[in-house]
Amino acid sequence: MQDKKHSPVWTFMALAILALFIIFVVYPLALILYKSVIDPKSGALTFENFIRFFTRKYYTNTLLNSFKVTTVVTLICAFLGLVMAYIIKQYNIKGSSALNIAIVLSYLSPPFIGAYSWIQLLGRKGLFTKAINSAFHTQFEGIYGFWGIVLVFSLQSFPLVYMYVSGALENLDNSLNEAAESLGANNFQRVSGIILPLVLPTVLASSLLVFMRVFSDFGTPMLIGEGYRTYPVVLYNQFMGEVTNDSNFAAALCVIIMLITLIFFFLQRWIAARHSYSMTALKPMQPRKLRTLPNILCHLFVYLVVLLAMLPQLTVIVTSFLKESTPGIFTNEFSLVNYRTIFSKNPRVIPNTYIFGLCAIFLVIFFGVLIAYLAIRRKSFITETVDTLTMLPYIIPGSVLGICFLYAFAKAPLVLTGTAAIIIIALTVRRMPYTIRSSTAIISQISPSIEEAAISLGSGEVKAFWDVTLPMMMPGVISGAIMSWVTVISELSSSIMLYRASTQTLTVSVYTEVIRDCYGNAAAYSTVLTVTSVLSMLLFFKLTGKRSMSV
Amino acid sequence: MGVSIEIDNVTKAYQNNIVIEGLSATINPGEFFTLLGPSGCGKTTLLRMIIGFNSIEAGEIRVDGKRVNDIPTNKRNMGMVFQNYAVFPHMNVRDNVSYGLKNRHMGKNERNQKADEMLRLVKIDQYANRMPAQLSGGQQQRVALARAIVIEPDVLLMDEPLSNLDAKLRVEMRNVIKRIQREIGITTVYVTHDQEEALAISDRIAVMYNGVIQQIGTPKYIYQRPANEFVSGFIGLSNFIDASYKDGVIDFGSFYREPLKLSEEAGSEVRVAIRPEEFVIHKNGEPGIPATIISSVFLGMTLHYFASLDNGQEVEIVVPSDLSDILPDGQRISLGVVPEKINVFDRKTKNTLIPKGA
Ligand SMILES: Nc1ncnc2c1ncn2[C@@H]1O[C@H](COP(=O)(O)OP(=O)(O)O)[C@@H](O)[C@H]1O
Ligand SMILES: [Mg+2]
Repeated sequence: MQDKKHSPVWTFMALAILALFIIFVVYPLALILYKSVIDPKSGALTFENFIRFFTRKYYTNTLLNSFKVTTVVTLICAFLGLVMAYIIKQYNIKGSSALNIAIVLSYLSPPFIGAYSWIQLLGRKGLFTKAINSAFHTQFEGIYGFWGIVLVFSLQSFPLVYMYVSGALENLDNSLNEAAESLGANNFQRVSGIILPLVLPTVLASSLLVFMRVFSDFGTPMLIGEGYRTYPVVLYNQFMGEVTNDSNFAAALCVIIMLITLIFFFLQRWIAARHSYSMTALKPMQPRKLRTLPNILCHLFVYLVVLLAMLPQLTVIVTSFLKESTPGIFTNEFSLVNYRTIFSKNPRVIPNTYIFGLCAIFLVIFFGVLIAYLAIRRKSFITETVDTLTMLPYIIPGSVLGICFLYAFAKAPLVLTGTAAIIIIALTVRRMPYTIRSSTAIISQISPSIEEAAISLGSGEVKAFWDVTLPMMMPGVISGAIMSWVTVISELSSSIMLYRASTQTLTVSVYTEVIRDCYGNAAAYSTVLTVTSVLSMLLFFKLTGKRSMSV
Repeated sequence: MGVSIEIDNVTKAYQNNIVIEGLSATINPGEFFTLLGPSGCGKTTLLRMIIGFNSIEAGEIRVDGKRVNDIPTNKRNMGMVFQNYAVFPHMNVRDNVSYGLKNRHMGKNERNQKADEMLRLVKIDQYANRMPAQLSGGQQQRVALARAIVIEPDVLLMDEPLSNLDAKLRVEMRNVIKRIQREIGITTVYVTHDQEEALAISDRIAVMYNGVIQQIGTPKYIYQRPANEFVSGFIGLSNFIDASYKDGVIDFGSFYREPLKLSEEAGSEVRVAIRPEEFVIHKNGEPGIPATIISSVFLGMTLHYFASLDNGQEVEIVVPSDLSDILPDGQRISLGVVPEKINVFDRKTKNTLIPKGA
């Protein structure tokens, strides 16, 4: 690979990045690992914490609960995502681009907002609950626990499968359909024998992503789970000291969940690498016409699912303009009081969100592009190590990363607790893997000889990168950055661990307001968040001219 | 005008895989020098050693007598034209061409003036403000050429610059390249695997195989007097026929003999290389190698016959077309050769046995 001595600048940069990752990823993780197996009093090696976890029903049950609920959610998401993608890509569905945006949008909003909106609708005092009870004279208590969690996560996470499968379907060449038909396959045989097997690896791989995501999310089960305790909820409570303040046990809980996500990460990679067909369609499949009845049914199904997925967002927006009589009970009176409250209460929340987001995006782009470039064009042991290290945060649940940071940066020499920096770094580290992957893809498309041309014309290596490769990467990087921006401003799980009043962001505010039963304020906060996301996405579509996106 | 390039005993290894070992060649000032060989033989590797994209593991390369091994590429003042053009897609044509001048800190007006001059030379001045995506492949290649020579490099390097173009454009562009090279008299090293292109464009050709230069010479000499069987087979088409040699006479068997003086070391076991146009067809049993016509192809200017010898070997014969009838398939013929044109190789060493100067 290395057939030439390159400028030492690259090695220097790679070393600097390596140092940063050792400080901000390796060290916090190593510390958690260390804490989990060390007796705080004697300092001796002990597996006490792990033994305690696995011998108490209270804890093992939560793990079981998490697996149960996540498995059910994953199956539903795989089904919904596949069916939705198939119908929207293969048939003429009216308004499919709007549907597409709505689906992506419902994915980008933080899951716990879905949880609290569904509580408004189907909770104990929910709108639908009341309607149902008065119509059927029942005593329906609202949707909490297992099915509440399943409902919220399924509607929020199926878009991930949907996006991946849509992409795979777009890459199927129409000649496959034609070949199948010419060989005498009927519609059912064509779909089950040709199309399904070709997209199945994608369904599987994206379902595992759903699994990892749902397994480690704590906001939703926290709000709607009530008695149904899942693992991340226990982890959060353990850490926040509501049960006992045993930080070594909390560390062990972190290690256990990291091992679980690690296994699923490798499973996902293995499937994606082994079973993906590389295809590019010369002539993509054309949407087909349906007979009247199936056509109506398909439209009904698709619109119903999208409506349900969007319902939390819509609820939030509507209730943000309503006045609360008592906490949680909205009147029908239009008012801006919620917005007035949130702007006067903690005026830093909105600026914080935007500033932290922008800083994180800047850092993510700067390092992401550089790391991708080094890993591809300046391959060496150092750059490959950096590349591997940057993948770590991908498999660490956000709340665990938050906890790691809290432990690692509470004492000298590096005290960051309570600062904006610690939140920005956490956001940066969490988003980095995505940006590196997309930048890697972009760089691989650029021929190395373009940079060599610049060098032969008298540019140094760094100048050639700056003059040629970087500008060529920019369009792709910018559109990736918009997606990063949307995900970064809706991040909750690490920020919730790291925030102080002075560093509170929108998502954290929504969460804390919900916990305090101030639903009006929560709705106003999340409306601001939703509007920002929608505008960013419109900008994305305008800039890229694309009609779909990958997260 | 122009500088010389001396490649002195250079070696290149990728990891532990030695691709070129102890290769030497001298390129004269102002010369159009072509590296010709099949894909994977190390042409690109050698070219990239000259410009400095590849390290040199042993030996040295001198330009104008000065060792360049340790000079970074951007200080070597060499222009390069790439196979995929490598035009900067985010700059318009003029900015592409003036990029190298900017690196040489030339003022904007002078820069643009020189760029426009160069665009006129390669005849794309009307596209100066276009973006590369709006140009055809041939036009992009002209931009790449203009960009490489506007910096007045000491050496111009081209790596299969025409291989992405269609056949007609290839011929047109190779004439453009040749004309411009003549006009500015720059020492040029050109890489191609296309022997016809090499013959058409070069002052001298180095034929490479397996990282080794097989022969260096003018196109005419290489075609007519290939140094070994590989060159004979790679450049143009040769029919190889085994024969024996004794005392200045080549014996093809079947009582067909031709007198030909070979070099001192010639043994009795030889292989004769006969180009399709070096055969003479006899229909009436004159002395020659007996053969049967299998098929014929009429190409207007020439007529091609495929024939099989009595041992089953197939040969190709080309004759200028004339008014006489085309020989029917199955016709028995005897094949004579033009003795002063054919080449003879040692069957073991595969090297030529034709004496120098013949
Ligand atoms: N970067 C590289 N790393 C390892 N091997 C290489 C590299 N570039 C070329 N090679 C090997 O060196 C040999 C010569 O390649 P190359 O110079 O590209 O041939 P040509 O240009 O004549 O087709 C080939 O066997 C090729 O596989
Ligand atoms: Mg090559």
